[in-house]
Amino acid sequence: MEKELWKGNEAIAEAAIRAGCNCFFGYPITPQSEVPEYMSVHLPEAGGVFVQSESEVAAINMVYGAAGAGMRAMTSSSSPGISLKQEGISYLAGAELPCVIVNCMRGGPGLGTIQPSQGDYFQATRGGGNGDYRTVVLAPSNVQETVDFVQQAFDIADQYRNPVIVVCDGLIGQMMEPIEWHPVPKRNLPPKDWAACGRRDRDHHNVINSLYMDPEECDRHNLHLEEKYAQIQANETRWEAVHCDDAEIVITAYGTPARIALTALETLRAEGIKVGLFRPITLWPFPEKALHELAGAAHVRAFLDVEMSSSGQMLDDVRLAVEGQKPVHYLGHAGGVMPTVEEMVESVKRLEKEVK
Amino acid sequence: MTAAAMCAHRITIITGHYGTGKTEFAVNLALALARERPRVMLADLDIVNPYFRSRERRDLLESAGIRLISSSQACSDADVPALPAELLAILEDRSITGILDIGGDPVGARVLARFLPKIQAEDYQLLYILNANRPEVRTPEAAVRYLRGIEQTTGLTCTGLVNNTHLCGETTLREIRKGAALAAAVRDVTGIPVICHMAEQRFTDSLSDLPETVFPITIQMKKPWE
Repeated sequence: MEKELWKGNEAIAEAAIRAGCNCFFGYPITPQSEVPEYMSVHLPEAGGVFVQSESEVAAINMVYGAAGAGMRAMTSSSSPGISLKQEGISYLAGAELPCVIVNCMRGGPGLGTIQPSQGDYFQATRGGGNGDYRTVVLAPSNVQETVDFVQQAFDIADQYRNPVIVVCDGLIGQMMEPIEWHPVPKRNLPPKDWAACGRRDRDHHNVINSLYMDPEECDRHNLHLEEKYAQIQANETRWEAVHCDDAEIVITAYGTPARIALTALETLRAEGIKVGLFRPITLWPFPEKALHELAGAAHVRAFLDVEMSSSGQMLDDVRLAVEGQKPVHYLGHAGGVMPTVEEMVESVKRLEKEVK
Repeated sequence: MTAAAMCAHRITIITGHYGTGKTEFAVNLALALARERPRVMLADLDIVNPYFRSRERRDLLESAGIRLISSSQACSDADVPALPAELLAILEDRSITGILDIGGDPVGARVLARFLPKIQAEDYQLLYILNANRPEVRTPEAAVRYLRGIEQTTGLTCTGLVNNTHLCGETTLREIRKGAALAAAVRDVTGIPVICHMAEQRFTDSLSDLPETVFPITIQMKKPWE
């Protein structure tokens, strides 16, 4: 297949259109504004609906409405804008509505900076909204994966009736990379017989709601959600392990730092240092079991978690999975500064000396 | 190859669809010109892209004796379309060889409209960068549509085409030749000459059959893992 040069954000929008997204609601914010910009031109051409909402809060609630009517709905934003959407995401999860939310992360907290960051790991995996809910979080590390994951995200959302978040840092959104539009396998999805899109010849009204007047009923609803989340954990957990079979030092990273780590790995392996990369692809569900087993391997001496975050956020999940079997160290920057290949190489070398 | 072959004019304005490689061309052209002329200035006037800006290569450019003009350091990462006042130095001081790196599309080119009378009074060329691997400008019709949009927004006339067809690290000769064919088609429709083909130095020897100048470049706008 002929490769084409795409900017990450444009590719996200095009991938969504190809996945059958028919409703997009968004509000501009750097560094993701090319997503709504591309959608505003191309989604109506494909027969869909684009609305530039008056705010991020409005956008996520429009997603709620469209998803509730059975549409394939999407919104995108960057960190501060995603913060504004948290209430809506909690309601979407509560009402079990499928949708795709893209977060092209920038530095924080607050308005922070427009440069790339990974400071929204907690927000994405723990949920910034209220209640016991989970969202599937996919973390691509290049533009090709972003394109593939956005398309898969719509199917995952529909299969489990749950919001799916795709987190990429600003660099992935802004950079140009060659990609190919290979076919992404489609899932066999259940019909949306729950959608509130007119009663037609049904004997009942479909109601989209996250409010339960009876506490017992709300408890049962939460148990049902728990069962669904357990299913997602069993079926959807994804990760990639590079050179981990004999690694003494294992870097844990996702997104752009994982990409930088691959270059560091080449340098270090050329010098005979046994280093590997463990890259979570789903941040929730986190590949806890796989990382726990790796930590138990005799050849693994230590972990180095690398993130675009000041003190580490995924670090918590790495430590929970490693469960004290091996030491876990951290390298990171926040505020839009990216870790360099040289820094990673130096950190691994220092760590290797320490553990020997 | 001398940079003068591509820059017979005092001011070179670089435009194109976004992602075609305007900044890569601007930085390489500035470096090539600085080897041949004194007082080269590069102005980063991109009000569209927040990342991959020529100002990210400030140290490299300044060590080559090139003065870089961009929004003030204090707001270099603020996404506000503020233009540096120093830009007037390029437009008014005729001892300077100037390159204006403009943001993508007619939207990005809008910054030029404000300076229209000043630019028109100077010896300038407006170059349009082509990249046949960018899906929105891969056909001659689409490439010409964007070109005309940029002319309409700026009030300036495009005087030259630059082929910068690549696939980042996966670029082959085939890509560059595909772009040469697109450039020829755009030239045939518009009558605008092809000024040069950009090619990393490893490719230049194999492209000597192209009728136009091949501009040997070194990739400067690298990603953090490259």
